Amino acid sequence: MFATHSPFAVGWGAGSLVIENIDFAGILLGGLSAGTVLFIVSVGLSITMGLMGFVNLAHGAFAMFGGYVIVLAMNRAHVGFAAALALGFLAAAALGAVLERLLYRRLYRAGELDQVLFTIGLIFIFIAATVIVVGPESQLLTLPQSLRGQLDLGFTHYRTYSVFLIVVGFLIVAGIWLAIERTRIGAQIRATVDNRRMAESLGINVDRLFTITFAFGSGMAAIGGGLGAEFLGLDPQYALKYLVYFLIVVSVGGLGSVVGVYCAALLLGVLDFVLKLYVPKGGTMFIYVLTILLLLWRPQGLFGRKET
Amino acid sequence: MSVALAPAGAAAAAARLAHPAARTLIRRHHLRWWEALPWAAAIGFYFAFPAYLAFGTELLITVLFALSLDLALGYAGIITLGHAAFFGAGAYAVGLLAFHGIWTEPITSLALAALVAAAIGFASGLVLLRTRGLTLLMLTICTMALLQEAANMAHDYTGGFDGLPNLPIAPVFGVFAFNPLYDNTQYLYALAVLLVSFLFVRTLVYSPFGQSLTGIRENLLRMHAVGAPVRWRLTVCYTISAALAGVAGGLWAQTNAYVNLSALDLDRAATVLIILILGGYGRLYGAFVGAVVYLALEHFLARVYPTAWQLGLGLLLVLIALFAHNGILGIGAMLWRRYGRGRAEA
Amino acid sequence: MTDISLETEGLGRHFGALTAVNGVDFKLAAGARHALIGPNGAGKTTFVNLLTGVLTPTRGRVLLAGRDITARAQAERVKLGIARTFQINRLFRGLSVLENVCISVAERVGAATSMFYPAGRRVDVIDESMDLLDTLKLGDAARHCVSELPYGRQRLVELAIAIGLRPRVLLLDEPAAGVPSAETHIILDAIERLPEQIAVLIIEHDMDVVFRFAKRVTVMVGGAVFAEGTPREIEANPHVREVYLGQAALSAAHG
Ligand SMILES: Nc1ncnc2c1ncn2[C@@H]1O[C@H](COP(=O)(O)OP(=O)(O)OP(=O)(O)O)[C@@H](O)[C@H]1O
Ligand SMILES: [Mg+2]
Repeated sequence: MFATHSPFAVGWGAGSLVIENIDFAGILLGGLSAGTVLFIVSVGLSITMGLMGFVNLAHGAFAMFGGYVIVLAMNRAHVGFAAALALGFLAAAALGAVLERLLYRRLYRAGELDQVLFTIGLIFIFIAATVIVVGPESQLLTLPQSLRGQLDLGFTHYRTYSVFLIVVGFLIVAGIWLAIERTRIGAQIRATVDNRRMAESLGINVDRLFTITFAFGSGMAAIGGGLGAEFLGLDPQYALKYLVYFLIVVSVGGLGSVVGVYCAALLLGVLDFVLKLYVPKGGTMFIYVLTILLLLWRPQGLFGRKET
Repeated sequence: MSVALAPAGAAAAAARLAHPAARTLIRRHHLRWWEALPWAAAIGFYFAFPAYLAFGTELLITVLFALSLDLALGYAGIITLGHAAFFGAGAYAVGLLAFHGIWTEPITSLALAALVAAAIGFASGLVLLRTRGLTLLMLTICTMALLQEAANMAHDYTGGFDGLPNLPIAPVFGVFAFNPLYDNTQYLYALAVLLVSFLFVRTLVYSPFGQSLTGIRENLLRMHAVGAPVRWRLTVCYTISAALAGVAGGLWAQTNAYVNLSALDLDRAATVLIILILGGYGRLYGAFVGAVVYLALEHFLARVYPTAWQLGLGLLLVLIALFAHNGILGIGAMLWRRYGRGRAEA
Repeated sequence: MTDISLETEGLGRHFGALTAVNGVDFKLAAGARHALIGPNGAGKTTFVNLLTGVLTPTRGRVLLAGRDITARAQAERVKLGIARTFQINRLFRGLSVLENVCISVAERVGAATSMFYPAGRRVDVIDESMDLLDTLKLGDAARHCVSELPYGRQRLVELAIAIGLRPRVLLLDEPAAGVPSAETHIILDAIERLPEQIAVLIIEHDMDVVFRFAKRVTVMVGGAVFAEGTPREIEANPHVREVYLGQAALSAAHG
C-alpha cells in the first residue's frame, strides 16, 4: 500500500547536486541547503503539533500539494518563480484552513491512534488524487536563470541555488522567530502552547489561532515542497517518502520550538550529506541511532519544554 | 472484607456475586458459540478453495501478526508504528538458521524466532516505554528502521536487499513437507500455529494481568496510583507481543521459503496497524475481521484498480477515525446494542 | 514518635523559578483527621504529589512511620499504605464502575500479575469490590460505564478506588470538588465512615466541612505552612482569617 521503496532507502541531499569540489565548505553548504528545505517543510508541523498536540502525519501531503501547484504553475502556466511560490503558499494555506475547520478540528481531543489513522488516510487520499489529477510521473522544477550556475563566495564556489536556499531559510527562521516573540498573535501562540486552558480563560480565541497557525504551517510546507523539488523531486509518493525525516526533525528539535526545528534540520541535513559521501553503506543507521539516543536522553526534544 | 465494613456473611456474598455487574465479570471469559466460526470458516476455506491456499496462508499469518499488535496496542495502549521490527526479527531468525544450514526443523525454529523477537522486544521496551506520544512513535519507527538498515548492511549473512531465497525447511514432524506448488501443508500448519497462539492470547487478555493492562490503557496515571509497576508490566506485555509477532514473521519465512528486507518495512508496520484498527482493536477478533476484509479487498481490487483502492482505503481510514473508533467490530457491537439486545429486552 | 504515620522534613519543590512547596515540616499522626487548607495555588496538590511520589522533591524528606521513603516510586508507596484521590477525577473511563474498583483491589491483593487463569475466577476480588460499592451506595451503578455516571457519583468511584487499596494513610484532594452541593453529603458521609485507624488528610475549601470533619488543621500559603492547630485555634487566628477565611467569606458572599 505504501510506496514500494521504503522511505529509508531514499537518499537525501545527493540527487542532482554537483559534487565536484568536495571540500569542507562544499559539504557544509550542501548539507545546510538540504537541511534548510527540511526545516521549511517541517516548521509548520512543529508549531501545530506543539500548539494542538496533534500527530499530523499528513503534513508532508501539504508540502506535496503546494509543490505541485508551484511546479505546475511554472511549467504549464509559465508563472514566475516568486509568484508561483506565493501561489503555492496561498493554495496550501487555504486547503489547510479548510481541512482544519472541517476535519482536523474534530480530532483534537481524540486519541493519538485516531489521529495517526486519520492522517495516514489523508496521505492516501492525497496520493491517489495526485495520481488521478496529474499522473504518476515525477515533476521537474526548472529554476529561473538567475538562480542557476555557481556563485563565487570568496572562499569557495558553490551552486547559486543552494546558497539562495540557505539565505532564504535563515530569513524565514528569523522572521518566524520575530513574529512569535514580538507580535500579538505570537504571544497568543506562546501562551497557548504553555497552557491551553489558561489561554482560553484569558480570552484568546484558541479556535481561530489553531486555524491560522495550521494554514500558515501548510503554506510554509508548500514553499518547502516547491523549493526542494529541484533535488528531492516531486512525485505522488512524496508525502510518504520523507515522512520519517520530517518526524525526526520535529521530535528531535522539540515540539513548538522553531529554533529547535531549525537546528535539528540543519544537523540532519549536514549529517546525512556527510554520511552519504563517506559512509555510503549504512550511513543512515547512524542517524537512527543518534535519533534514538537523543530522544531517550531528552524525550521532549532538544529545545522542547520539559513536560512534567 | 473491605475496610469500611462489618463482616459479611456467605449469603450476602452470594447476593453480591449474583449482581449483574459481578456476573458479567465472572462469565466474561466463557467461550461463546460464535467463537467457533472463524475456525470453522478456516477449515471450510481449506476444502472449498484449494487454489487459494497460498492467499489463505498469508491471511492466517496476517491475523497472527495483527493479534500480536492487538495485545500491545489494543489492550495495553502502546501506540507503535514499528511492530514490523519483531516480525522481521522472527523472519530473519528462521531465515538465517535455515539458509546457513544450522537449523531447519520448523516448530523449534518458530520457538527460536519467538525468543529472538522477545529479546529485542524486551530490550527495546525496557528503554522505550518510558516515553509516550510522538516520542514513542518515533522511537518505535527508528528502532525498526535501525534493524532494517542492519539487515541491509550485514549483506554477507542476510543477502542484503535481495534477501535469502529458497530456504530449506524440514518437514513438519518429519512427515509433512512444505510443497511450493500446493500450499496444503503450509495452510494447515499456519492454522495450527494461529490456533495455539490465539488460545494463549485469549487466556492472557482475560487474566488479571490482562485486566491490569486494560487499566493502563484507560488511565496510565491512575494505574501508578493504585500501586501497579506500570513500566514493568508494559515491558512484559510488549515482550510477549513481540514474541508473537516473531512467530508470525517466522511462519512467513517458512511458508514462503524466503526472507527479505520487506519484513522490516514501515510499510508492513503501518499496514498491520491499519488492519487491526479496521477490524477493531482491543477485542481479539478485530485482527481476524480486519485481515480478511483488508486482504480480500487488496487481493481483488488493488491489482486491478490500484489508485481507486488507495483512494477508497484513504477515505475509509478517515471515516473510521472520525466516526467509528472501534472499527468494523465496533460498529457491529453498536448496532447489536441498539437493535439486537434492545429488541430482546423489550 | 511511633504514632506519627506520615511526616515531612523541609519538603520543597520548585518549577523553574516558581517555588510551589517551600520547606514544609508536617506531621500526620496515625488515625488522624487532618485538613489542609489554603488559597488557590498555595501548593496543596503539589504537596500531596510529593507525598505520593508523583513528583520528586527538590529538597527535603518524606518519612512513613519513621522510614525515609523520599526515593521510593509511586507504586512502592502505595504498597506501603499510602493512597490518594485526585482533585480532577482519574478513572478508567471506558470500564464499568465495578471494573474500576476491581483493578484497584486486584492490585492490592497481588492478583494482577497472574496471566494464566481468568480474572472472573477471582471471586474474592469481585466480591470485595461489590461490597465496597454497596457501602458507598454505588451498588446499583456497578455495571454502568463509569464515564456515563453523573459527576457526583464519579467522585465516589474515585474514592472507592482509593479505599479499595486499604491504605494506612489516605490523602483526599478536594474530594467534593465539582460535586453539586446537594450531593456533597454523600461523599462526606462516606469519608466520615472510614475506619478509625486510617490516617486521613483532606484538602478542602469548604470551611463547614473542615470544621465538621477535622481534628487538626494546617493552613498553607505560598507553599509554606502558615499556621497549624485545632479547628478552633485556626478559626480564632486573626492572620488566618485575613489570608484565607476572608477570601472564603468573600467568595461565598459573591457565589
Ligand atoms: N507541573 C507543574 N508545572 C509548573 N507549575 C506547577 C505545576 N504544578 C503546579 N504548579 C504551580 O504550583 C503552584 C501550586 O499549585 P497547586 O496545584 O499545588 O496549588 P493548590 O494549592 O492545589 O491550588 P488549588 O486550590 O487551586 O487546587 C501553582 O502556582 C501552580 O501553577
Ligand atoms: Mg489543588
